[in-house]
Amino acid sequence: MEQTGAPRAESSIVEFVDVEKSFGSHRVLDCLSFSAKRGDHIALIGPSGSGKTTILRILMTLESISRGDVIVDGINLYKESVNGVHRTASERHVRDVRSKIGMVFQHFNLFPHKSVLANITLAPVLNGKLTKSAAREKALDLLNMVGLADKADAMPASLSGGQKQRVAIARALALEPQILLCDEITSALDPELVEEVLNVIKRLGQQTDMTMLLVTHEMSFAHEFADRVLFLESGRIIEEGTPDRIFSNPEKERTRAFLRKIIAAGHRV
Amino acid sequence: MALSIEDWLGYLLLLGRGGMVTVKLTIASCAIGFSLALVIGLCRLSRFAAIRWATTAYVEFFRSTSIYVQLFWVYYVLPLVGVNLSAIEAGILGLSLNTAAYGSELVRAAVQTVPREQHEAGIALNLTRWQRLRHVTLPQSFVVMLPLFNNLSIEVMKLTAIVSLITITELTFQAQIIRVQTGSTAIPYLASLAFYFLFASLIAFGFRTLERRFARGHEGVRG
Repeated sequence: MEQTGAPRAESSIVEFVDVEKSFGSHRVLDCLSFSAKRGDHIALIGPSGSGKTTILRILMTLESISRGDVIVDGINLYKESVNGVHRTASERHVRDVRSKIGMVFQHFNLFPHKSVLANITLAPVLNGKLTKSAAREKALDLLNMVGLADKADAMPASLSGGQKQRVAIARALALEPQILLCDEITSALDPELVEEVLNVIKRLGQQTDMTMLLVTHEMSFAHEFADRVLFLESGRIIEEGTPDRIFSNPEKERTRAFLRKIIAAGHRV
Repeated sequence: MALSIEDWLGYLLLLGRGGMVTVKLTIASCAIGFSLALVIGLCRLSRFAAIRWATTAYVEFFRSTSIYVQLFWVYYVLPLVGVNLSAIEAGILGLSLNTAAYGSELVRAAVQTVPREQHEAGIALNLTRWQRLRHVTLPQSFVVMLPLFNNLSIEVMKLTAIVSLITITELTFQAQIIRVQTGSTAIPYLASLAFYFLFASLIAFGFRTLERRFARGHEGVRG
């Protein structure tokens, strides 16, 4: 166990401690701290550019951090101590920690040259987690779960956006992550396809104890699904609380202003 | 000077022999050149600056100097430092190194057409750098590379004519010999044009077949 800050709660699975992230002179995350307990469903909301997607990308190691600590299941993601010397984590250390995390992207990012089945089996087989036949069986189970059992041999290009996203969810689940990150997973979908994807997420929330962090503009979904909502603006958490409190009785004027705009744009809360 | 049918058949045979040398030079230079191109193209995208610089220097050197002079170096100057290559070895070496320089740029361009999101999907699935390259990046850029390498192969075929300068009797060289011996210009050069054209068509056909095979399932927008 390598960590600089002591964990706030024994059961924290994700913890950001004074994390700062800058692109050049632009500060995307500003001394940001929060933690998620095992099994938490956390919705990250806020205007675009507020840093909510960056939080997920940092956890997935798609972005590095400029300062602070990110602790996943008690292990520092970006720092490693070798014989008592702290240093930047090695690729191997990062891969160890990363194996606990899965991510679903806004634009699906399926592999276009591989069939639906091969998209799902690729990583578990390459990572040595499952044999080829076990991976195939698991992939078919997962496809069944997301309602796409008949699409196993289809190529991604032949699927609708909603179907692609459900395949992407199955692909992330094949590695059995403890933490699932969902980055605006319905933003690129036609409105009539949003529900089929959200239903899968809802079912996952009920049937598994995965910790889930979702960046979303679907406020009614956030309201229904999340245990906790973080409202971000300019790289800071402005307000956090239960969905009921954030959506019906926000304390901060900025949260109220954001929600007013969202409602004016036609989203239900 | 009247030539009999037998004489012309003999010359045609000579031209055919030159043609086979052209075919061998082309195939050998493409095989070695493309393999090197893959390695150099990927090195140019390396995260290590020293590797990037070294391979950039290589590419710039071969792109910016005359292959004519390079061939003279390989064939006439290297022996002075103890490296003796046969004419054909020197020819293949010179052609391959050039092909690799041009081809590496095509590899680099093709690899860069794979969207960043694809790499990110690979990271999110916890694949290693090598696994991402092998299973995500290369298969997708390969489809982009094929038509580019089709083009380059035909360029290499045409470039082989230059090795006649270091005494290799390939197609163009044989045509010259026949012209000198028979005094006929039109026939040997027409025959060699036809040969180049047929060989190029064969190369293009081969690549198009490969393209069709590997493009399957790739149609439409990226997933």
